[in-house]
Amino acid sequence: MEGFETFEVGPWSDLIWEGLWITVYATVLGTLLAIAVAFVLGLLELSRHVALRASARIVVEFFRGTSLVVQLFWIVFALPVITGYRIGEPEMNAVIALGLNFGAYGAEVVRGSINAVPQPQREACTALNLTAVHRFRRVILPQALPLMIPPAGNLVIQLIKSTPLMYLVSVVDLFTVGDEMRKAETGSIGLIYLGLGVVFFLLSMIVVGLAQLLENRAKRRLGQKPVSIVDTALGDASTSSTHAPGGAI
Amino acid sequence: MSTPESTLPPAKDKSFIHFDDVCKQYGDLTVLDDLCIDIDAGEKVTLIGPSGSGKTTILRLLMTLETLSGGYIWVDGKPLWHQQKGDRLVPADQKHLREMRKQIGMVFQHFNLFPNMTVLQNLIEAPIRSLGRPKEQAIARARELLDSVGLAEKESAHPNQLSGGQQQRVAIARALAMDPKILLLDEVTSALDPELIAGVLGVLRELAETTDITMLIVTHEMHFARDVSDRVMMFDKGKIVEQGPPSQIFDDPEHNRTKNFLSAVLSAG
Amino acid sequence: MKWDMDFALEILPDILEAFLRYTLVITSLATLLAAVLGMVFAVIRYVRIPVLTQVTTGFVQFTRATPIPIQLFFVYYLLPDYGLTIGAVTTGVLVLGVHYACYFAEVYRGGIESIPPGQWEACTALSLPQQAVWRRVVLPQAVRKILPSLGNYVISMFKEVPFLVFISVPEMVTVARGIGGSNFRYVEPLTICGIIYLLSSYPASVAMRKLETRLEHA
Repeated sequence: MEGFETFEVGPWSDLIWEGLWITVYATVLGTLLAIAVAFVLGLLELSRHVALRASARIVVEFFRGTSLVVQLFWIVFALPVITGYRIGEPEMNAVIALGLNFGAYGAEVVRGSINAVPQPQREACTALNLTAVHRFRRVILPQALPLMIPPAGNLVIQLIKSTPLMYLVSVVDLFTVGDEMRKAETGSIGLIYLGLGVVFFLLSMIVVGLAQLLENRAKRRLGQKPVSIVDTALGDASTSSTHAPGGAI
Repeated sequence: MSTPESTLPPAKDKSFIHFDDVCKQYGDLTVLDDLCIDIDAGEKVTLIGPSGSGKTTILRLLMTLETLSGGYIWVDGKPLWHQQKGDRLVPADQKHLREMRKQIGMVFQHFNLFPNMTVLQNLIEAPIRSLGRPKEQAIARARELLDSVGLAEKESAHPNQLSGGQQQRVAIARALAMDPKILLLDEVTSALDPELIAGVLGVLRELAETTDITMLIVTHEMHFARDVSDRVMMFDKGKIVEQGPPSQIFDDPEHNRTKNFLSAVLSAG
Repeated sequence: MKWDMDFALEILPDILEAFLRYTLVITSLATLLAAVLGMVFAVIRYVRIPVLTQVTTGFVQFTRATPIPIQLFFVYYLLPDYGLTIGAVTTGVLVLGVHYACYFAEVYRGGIESIPPGQWEACTALSLPQQAVWRRVVLPQAVRKILPSLGNYVISMFKEVPFLVFISVPEMVTVARGIGGSNFRYVEPLTICGIIYLLSSYPASVAMRKLETRLEHA
């Protein structure tokens, strides 16, 4: 069939592994940054001080309202000009853009989940004279965590689907490798991209599985029943503001 | 489970509603087992009994909301879940079911009015689309019915603007707009606040007294049942324990099961 | 590095033109495709036709989990092998439309399944014909519930149009990057893009959130 000729993968395998490594590396670092950003912004949004709340809100809406591509280009092309210095490794640009963007969406998840913990829980803490930090660490957060994980899992999958943007800023990620292969093995375009699709699909499924595990662990600590893989894997569209670029799953 | 085929010859001389060895199973659970019921045209029959005894299932089978596991149901001399092919009975197709349904109406415990339509629209939708009536005729009839249930001024309201009792009266009017020969009433006051129940029962009382619609009523309202019924059937575990006129069932029941059930219900009520 | 206002004003018309002629148009056309195709997918999955439903489900799940750039290149570079040369813009509309049709399908399905069974039973009791059940009872109620979800997806898609830079569609961000490259001044064009995006998507998101709360209380 046209475009689906098989070809020798051998010579390409080193490049493919390197590309895959870069993609995974960017995903993991991007996710870690996003988690940090999400918690900082999310907690600030819940602050008692209006100024802090407002500032956090502005940052969140800024990153959610502008496109990830614009943010990436800005960091790569505009930022060096303004600050006078550029970030050494090109992947880091992508990591920062991904982390900030998805962190902003994550802030909503953090905020929403913490708010979803029933108010009576806080009242019980007051009655027991627990400090705010203690309350957060031992009562609120453990209950908020299982609520955060499914939407967070969705965001990570969206992040993975956005990693091909690194191609635009000269990073040799899996997608870029795929493009090199396309140019060389001209008869196998369909096969190459189908293969890439399968790899990304598998990466998504791994994330879903991990999210499941984490969620069940968090729930077990609360004495709640675990979730089934099927329900979460093909989840429904939420109307909440957790739609980041890369599309939702 | 689909309805079974058979070579039984078509029935003649059957009562208006006839259950012939009806069986209904949900998986391993048998709800109705070889049930036989005869109801005459125009009769008002109340079904009483504990939850899970199969009373609602009987109504739902008649309204084709559940499928038959076994047996036959006859309505006005014609099989409901089957069709005649020559001298055999085969499971009915959608067309036959749709035709048969037109004679049967149902009022639900939770009203099930269409929230995206006004009261009037709720009433005219089915007469126009199912019975093919012209719009002006459907509207005129709808207004008559709304007036008879005391809600003439609410024709442009939306269901969520009405109280539970009002919604149920609209639901009754909606069912009547189809001019059914049989009206099924499934615990129609169970979801209502106590002070709204009387209004709905009043409408049903008038319906029972002034029309010759065949009515099958599942209810816990025993005083109402005694007032309007020609016959009361006591059910337990999918079988008729006892049936007879209200005076017999309520005042002088023969079976212990009936006695126990009634004393529990009437003392609690 | 100072902001050059004259330069900014000079390039503004080009960027705005790209925004109106390409970004907005592509978003609209792809949304239309997604809305219609998504409905087709949803109905196929709901009605359960033997082979077609499984194939459709597989396609929908796979497409949702795969990056848009891969789908873009798949279509853009493979089709010429079959003698079909559709332009970059058409490819963009097609890929975005089909990709989001897969999300729309899930939303439609969720909407239909959230209709209480009592509504279906009332339709049976009134022996309404199938067409009327869908057209007059089920779909009007389902659409009302899912409008905010669909709106949010459209806004998502709008922010993903710049992905079309991969296939050189002259949409706003691509044009901005080009201007930046040829003038060696990136700050102004990219900032303008950011502002335009913010001005369009923020009010839209707020509107969707308001719609969602209003519908919840209806």
